[in-house]
Amino acid sequence: MTFTNAKNTILKTENLTIGYQQKKKDKIIFSDVNLSLEKGKLISVLGKNGIGKSTLLRTLSKVQKPISGNIFLNDINLNSYSEKELSKKLSLVLTERLPESQLTVFELIALGRQPYTNWIDKLSNDDIDKVNIAIEQTEIGHLKNNRFYELSDGQLQRVLIARALAQDTEIIILDEPTAHLDMHHTLRIFSLLQKLVAETSKTIIISSHEVNLAIQLADQIVLLTEKTIFSGDASTLIEMNAFDDLFPKNIINFNKKLQQFVINKN
Amino acid sequence: MEQKSFKKHFILLSILLVVLFFMNISLGSVSIPFKDIFNTLSGGIASKESWQTIILQFRLPKAITAILVGSGLSVCGLLMQTLFRNPLAGPFVLGISSGASLGVALFILGSSLFGGFFLTNSVSNWSLPIAASLGSFLVLSAVIIAANKVRNTMSILIIGLMFGSLTAAIISVLAYFSEASKIQQYLFWSFGSLGNLSWNELLVFSGIYLIGILGTTLIIKPLNSFLLGENYAKSLGINVKKNRNIILLITSILTGVITAFAGPIAFIGLAVPHIAKMLFFTSNHKILIPAVILLGSIIMLICDSIAQLPTSEFTLPINAITSLFGAPIVIWLLIRKKKIFV
Repeated sequence: MTFTNAKNTILKTENLTIGYQQKKKDKIIFSDVNLSLEKGKLISVLGKNGIGKSTLLRTLSKVQKPISGNIFLNDINLNSYSEKELSKKLSLVLTERLPESQLTVFELIALGRQPYTNWIDKLSNDDIDKVNIAIEQTEIGHLKNNRFYELSDGQLQRVLIARALAQDTEIIILDEPTAHLDMHHTLRIFSLLQKLVAETSKTIIISSHEVNLAIQLADQIVLLTEKTIFSGDASTLIEMNAFDDLFPKNIINFNKKLQQFVINKN
Repeated sequence: MEQKSFKKHFILLSILLVVLFFMNISLGSVSIPFKDIFNTLSGGIASKESWQTIILQFRLPKAITAILVGSGLSVCGLLMQTLFRNPLAGPFVLGISSGASLGVALFILGSSLFGGFFLTNSVSNWSLPIAASLGSFLVLSAVIIAANKVRNTMSILIIGLMFGSLTAAIISVLAYFSEASKIQQYLFWSFGSLGNLSWNELLVFSGIYLIGILGTTLIIKPLNSFLLGENYAKSLGINVKKNRNIILLITSILTGVITAFAGPIAFIGLAVPHIAKMLFFTSNHKILIPAVILLGSIIMLICDSIAQLPTSEFTLPINAITSLFGAPIVIWLLIRKKKIFV
């Protein structure tokens, strides 16, 4: 499982073993993962439910400790970043529900500026500019003064993306941002992310079940299967027949010509 | 976070606080003309010496105690509701008041059981506060040690509740074996009381109170980041564990010292943060912290004014008044606004 693509690598893993540390025996999900993720790309992490997408993303974002191996962000070991330093490099959009509060959309996005604000969290003009730019980029200006609990799932995802943008980091990691969304809103999120990558040259890593969409829209795909992890652009992975093992073959199959999964017709 | 201007709110509440402060001092079993109260407070001399003593030695310390107790408990309630993301959390969820109660119960009830251990039962002014502080410190240490062993913040809440049940059980056992007069003495302490504090005690009280409040202003930023949950807070560069411990420590010190000097005052810590959140309609701690300090002081002064039953000789237990007066307010606010927030 080695994929070396040295040019413009922003995030690299070296013999990484991910899983959960337990008292008796560690629960290993993937071992010897050697990935290199390119700067300024939309990278999609694909895999069926429960395969370990979230664990991989949580490990990459230092929410969870790896069992062994190393992760390098801009060629520096992730462990040597303090929480504060990392918060200026990497921002998150998580699947967990936000606790109830009376935060407005603007306030929620402005919280993304915390790594840069002073001890009492005062927003400078620069902070306010960054927040407004994030609001503009995600096209949620009309929601600015709403409370976040009034929003639909699709709107809330855009707000959370705006919050991550306001954090002004090179990398944004999104854990299944389209999980609760319909086809239309899923596509809107994907094309928003694609637009952001093009406009801001940020690296966006997104985990998703939307294989058909990711094949068409992602620059790089990290494909988690039972046996191994594939990484590369869509056409390379299709050539390698990597998608064949993604799901059990009794219901759907990957159609190479259509470049997507189709339901078996019998 | 963006600053909506709440200047008007704050000015109105501050005026209300000053008015209530003077009203609180002017009310009592002995009626003193307002002019004399003003003269005494501004450093002059009242027309009767006894009035001067009443104002300076009794009413003024009591009004200040009311402000410290009301605002301190409200700040603790806010901290607990934010940390535990639970609208039912209050300053006493960590079992700290139970710890204080245990300390006092051991002192009052236990003295008859293990008489020799406590030597004589000479109740000086300081013995109850010291017993209460030791008790709450004991429970606080246990909670903080436990908190660092568990990963989940919700577990701390349950551990706190368990400590509360444990100490309540021990107090029941102690009470079962105690004389009626001792039980009555303990019961009176548990009613809470804002009076009886000397200026020396008040000095110690306000010193510790100020440390707690100052500490709270230093963690406004982490508190705001906790509004997004602990994982987001961490991704924003906040040291979650450290700040969680700071919150626990501040709450423990404040509730500990308040319970030590005024007894376990119910309700204020739970209700005032909700009243503030509904009145100000924000979750920003930069607004909420001064808001609960003002509102907590105001509500405590009102409760105390009611408790001393103006023009009568009797004083009702403050603990009963806070709930009698406060609960309907919260119910009314909730029905009107229909939504409750952490």
